[in-house]
Amino acid sequence: MSDAAATERLWSELMAAAQDGDRAAYERLLRAIVPFVRALVLPQHRAGDRAEEVVQDVLLTIHRVRHTYDPARPIRPWLAAIARRRSIDALRRHGRSAAHEVFDETAYETFADPRANRSLEVSAATEGLSEAIATLSPPQREAIELLKLRELSLAEASSLSGKSVAALKVNVHRAIKALRRRLQGGEE
Amino acid sequence: MSSGSDTDRLIGRLAASAEPVRRLRPPLLRAALWLAAVAAAVSAAILIFADLHVFAVRAANPKLALELTGTLLTGILAVIAAFELSLPDRSRAWALLPLPSLALWIAASGYSCWRHWLVHGPDGWAIGESANCFRFILGVSVPLAASLVVVLRRAAPLAPVPVAAMGGLGVAGIAAFALQFFHPFDVTFMDLGVHAVAVAIVVASVAAFERTAERRRRRPSL
Repeated sequence: MSDAAATERLWSELMAAAQDGDRAAYERLLRAIVPFVRALVLPQHRAGDRAEEVVQDVLLTIHRVRHTYDPARPIRPWLAAIARRRSIDALRRHGRSAAHEVFDETAYETFADPRANRSLEVSAATEGLSEAIATLSPPQREAIELLKLRELSLAEASSLSGKSVAALKVNVHRAIKALRRRLQGGEE
Repeated sequence: MSSGSDTDRLIGRLAASAEPVRRLRPPLLRAALWLAAVAAAVSAAILIFADLHVFAVRAANPKLALELTGTLLTGILAVIAAFELSLPDRSRAWALLPLPSLALWIAASGYSCWRHWLVHGPDGWAIGESANCFRFILGVSVPLAASLVVVLRRAAPLAPVPVAAMGGLGVAGIAAFALQFFHPFDVTFMDLGVHAVAVAIVVASVAAFERTAERRRRRPSL
């Protein structure tokens, strides 16, 4: 039996055991497949941080849909389909956020009509938002990053951070209140 | 920011929280079970409510047999395709499965329109019976679609919109098949348009429902 076939069989057996509740087999499987998932995700996401986020998203999805794997079928196509799908979702998300960011080299100019400067003020406020997020407490910053910036669901954010859904809700609520207070205070 | 150590921690947490899960049965078997339940319900409704004498007279026409075959096959094949597409590793080519029977359905209905071209009567273009067909297709499709969505969601499909569209086509096909038992005349041009609009509404509604559900899942409101 070739190495690839042996690996395929081992992963399939580990997943079958994981479906039956064997946590050690599941952990072994997840650690074994990370390089395979990274190899699929990296070519589409040059930025290392973003690629790692997608890898984590793929692992969360595998966890959520692990009951759909049929041990009688090869496991690589199943893993690859999930990785590709999540990778495309991340590209779309990134594309949407990039569409809101405009590079404008004349943005430093100011105009005689005060109304013409409003968009510059908005940009300055956006920069202020990043600074304000940096001043949040670590749990609040984590909640904002996972739920609002990475747009994860509550369940996914909970798995990733180890915090309960209720704690995440409270933290994000307090973070938004703190940000609002700080940004409104800054304008006064 | 994410790093490899975050991924390590995530794996530890996922493994620690992993409970046993019930594997899904093969998609063909799940589709067969759902279709069998629907067949029992539709057969009972036909036996109780349909005028089988009128149907027997119409059934002598081979064109009706073609139309029944087209609608029923489209319903069955689209439902099978929806169950297959709901799994991550199945080919997207499953979406092509109901297309030949859909073509047969459209062709058989279209031929009927050609032969029974709408007569412009004293009341203008007759829409009365077509409106009944419209209500029938929507009325049968809504409960079928609701039950199908519940069953398909067990697979937590990664791309729910094509799955929902295929499921919508399946229930619309089954509804159009059942309609023939309550439809005492051949399809007219107006009927065909009304049927197409009803089927399109079912497919679009189920797909839109799934798209909204997916967005809500990805973006929690807090």
